[in-house]
Amino acid sequence: MAIIETKNLTYTYPGATKPSIVDVSIKVEKGEFVLITGPSGCGKTTLCRTFNGLVPHFYQGELKGEITVAGIDTLKHHTYEMAKHVGLVFQNPENQLFALSIEKDVAFGLENVGVPREEMRRKVDWALNQTGIYDIRERSPHEISGGQQQRVAIASVLAMEPEVIVLDEPTSFLDPLSAEKIFEVIYKLNKEQGITVILVEHRLDLTAKYSNHLIVMDHGAVRLEGDPRKILASEETRLIGVGIPKATLLYQMLKKEGLNLGDQTPLSSEELADQLLEALKPRD
Amino acid sequence: MSVFDGLRFRKVHSPIHNLDPRIKFVYVIAIFVAAIIFYQIIPLLILFLIQIPFVLLARVQRQWLRSLRGAAFLATFIFVVNVATTFFTSGYHFTAPNIENAAAMTMRFVVLVESFSVFFLTTSPDHLGLALEESRVPYEFAFAFTTAVRFVPVLAEEAQTIMDAQKARGLELEKGGILKRIRNYVPVLIPLIVSAIRRSLELAEAMESRAWGATKKRTNLYALKLHKGDYALVAIIVGILIATVYIRLYVPIPTIASFF
Amino acid sequence: MIEAQDIRYAYANKVEALKGVTLTIKDGEFVAIMGQNGAGKSTLVKHFNGLLKPSKGKVLVDGVETTKSSVAALARNVGFVFQNPDHQLFSETVEEEIAFALKNFGFKPEVIEKRVTWALNLLSLTQYRKTSPFLLSGGERKRVALASVLAWDPSTLILDEPTIGQDHEQKEKLRQFIMQMQTQKKTVVIVTHDVEFVAECNPRVILMKEGKIVADGEGKEILTDPALLELSSIVLPQIAQVFTKLAPLGFPKDVIDIYEAKAAILKQAREKGMLK
Repeated sequence: MAIIETKNLTYTYPGATKPSIVDVSIKVEKGEFVLITGPSGCGKTTLCRTFNGLVPHFYQGELKGEITVAGIDTLKHHTYEMAKHVGLVFQNPENQLFALSIEKDVAFGLENVGVPREEMRRKVDWALNQTGIYDIRERSPHEISGGQQQRVAIASVLAMEPEVIVLDEPTSFLDPLSAEKIFEVIYKLNKEQGITVILVEHRLDLTAKYSNHLIVMDHGAVRLEGDPRKILASEETRLIGVGIPKATLLYQMLKKEGLNLGDQTPLSSEELADQLLEALKPRD
Repeated sequence: MSVFDGLRFRKVHSPIHNLDPRIKFVYVIAIFVAAIIFYQIIPLLILFLIQIPFVLLARVQRQWLRSLRGAAFLATFIFVVNVATTFFTSGYHFTAPNIENAAAMTMRFVVLVESFSVFFLTTSPDHLGLALEESRVPYEFAFAFTTAVRFVPVLAEEAQTIMDAQKARGLELEKGGILKRIRNYVPVLIPLIVSAIRRSLELAEAMESRAWGATKKRTNLYALKLHKGDYALVAIIVGILIATVYIRLYVPIPTIASFF
Repeated sequence: MIEAQDIRYAYANKVEALKGVTLTIKDGEFVAIMGQNGAGKSTLVKHFNGLLKPSKGKVLVDGVETTKSSVAALARNVGFVFQNPDHQLFSETVEEEIAFALKNFGFKPEVIEKRVTWALNLLSLTQYRKTSPFLLSGGERKRVALASVLAWDPSTLILDEPTIGQDHEQKEKLRQFIMQMQTQKKTVVIVTHDVEFVAECNPRVILMKEGKIVADGEGKEILTDPALLELSSIVLPQIAQVFTKLAPLGFPKDVIDIYEAKAAILKQAREKGMLK
């Protein structure tokens, strides 16, 4: 069964004249690593907010269509009920940490649902270890770097042991190396814990290689959905204004010139380099 | 990283910092009561001196001296007023007991400042927030307190950035008369307010996403537990109070003037 | 021309953010200052318009020492666009927002009118002239902030993290805009850690770490040096990553441009008889 399924989802913010998402029907299977991309203002963030019921419960406004997440109809259940199933990580790490120590922040959700102390300690420590911040658990949020702050934000939704983690441009404020570390953490959670990941990103250079399901949005609607290798190779994707990874782009440029590197479109520099090494290796 | 570093707290560990803030607060109250009960210089001086070991144990002597220096002006004022009133009411002459009395009143003030500063210098905001959570104070209040502590330095830094951004567009904050100067701050205040609103929305969104308000029976990661040090402090408090009452009732307290 | 002579800067908490920085940025140059958060990039560029004055050393802007001038006077020649547009937008309309600096600098009303129209046009904001900046999207607000600085036509433009949160097309427009500034012989300084963007623009790159300059040179040179970049928490641009791996085949290592990459690969493929 799909872990997230939407049918003809259309939503308009209160006071807005145009809907922010239009007729969105998507299906996400358990354990997938989904990448959502598209130009600014295409409705990616709004779609994320429907997954745990922030839209429409927190934002009000009018939501039409159907949506079930982890088997629950989010229209009929509050965000605090969804929090156990779906964790949201936002763009700005600064505004999602409100406690005075890191472990206290990680425990925030568990405290809210009333988990007993011993169990909470165990879950918090687990989440801290998974994200590699156990050693800094007693520090305060301003004593750590932006990358570490964002890992705290991930740990704090992870502690609730959700089935789905949704991350809305989690690395846009970070330097490339810290960003890469964040993506590694998310990828590990996806592979080892089987957590379904939904990642919203502009920078496909850094992220395409992790995904096995790509959704391209534009003007509130889903324009393309499916295998990232196929979608990134298509002309339509480029026309929408999606930043195709350089490795993928180079592969296509070479293909156009008649250089055959194999059928699989590469998503990362490693894949392209391997294909080139294979194709150009000295033969005797 | 900036001028506002002073607003940021840091976790410090010392025997005094680790004490339960609730017990420390009772200690402040006990010293307060003792200081009110005595009006002679010698016991007040003793109350002043017995707190110094706390300051040294907590290694906050520098900050502590600074807070005393801050109180120096008011202390001088209290002394002068006391001396002056007795001077005028006792027929225009200084007497040793009068001056000693004025000194005692000043000492009482200094003792109060001292005990409060020991409390605030050795109690970190997260500890204080926890004490609030564990007391019967509604959780929303404790949360508001810790969040404020968390975000005051962030907002202060943001204000600095906004000022820089507007100065880079030729805004001169110090230019003009008083009214013009107030108006100069409009381009700083509006972005600051707009950004604070935006920030609070994002915060609310993050809180909602982490099950804020799911149940009335919230639990807490930390528990304030009483340790050896706390029991020792309780013993000290009880000792101070018993000694205070006993001395006040049965021991004649000498004045310094009587030694000469 | 901007000259920094062995400048040091310490914040009030005594943390030294700059530990002896010397550099010269000539008129018309395009420079990217890169490095980890906290490396001192922002602290350095805030010296260029006098927002910060060095604790030691000297900063000269067009020959004038910044300690002997005011921010308002220096800003006439050095425009500074901050990272977050929300840290400066406050007016009721976009038009007033853009006129703000012009009024501060004492331009005449008819000149202000002309300059505002020009800046709106330059950044395709004309249709929003009477709109409140708060109603615009993030990308548009960023453009208003840029327009409000460009309006007084400074000879040097400093952009702090201009690509953060920007999508592919917005970045492409920004790149074209910078190229346009370059043809007008403006000096452009960007502070960024967006390697792909820098690889596409190919400016002079200055790499900072812990308050010092650790490398200064052509983008092609610096962005293809893995050891150097790792020092500054920066990863190689994707094309450079590919070419580092292709070294055994005799490819040059210093390739960051996709067209150069394509040409090099096709050349070898032809030599090996794989292509006609």
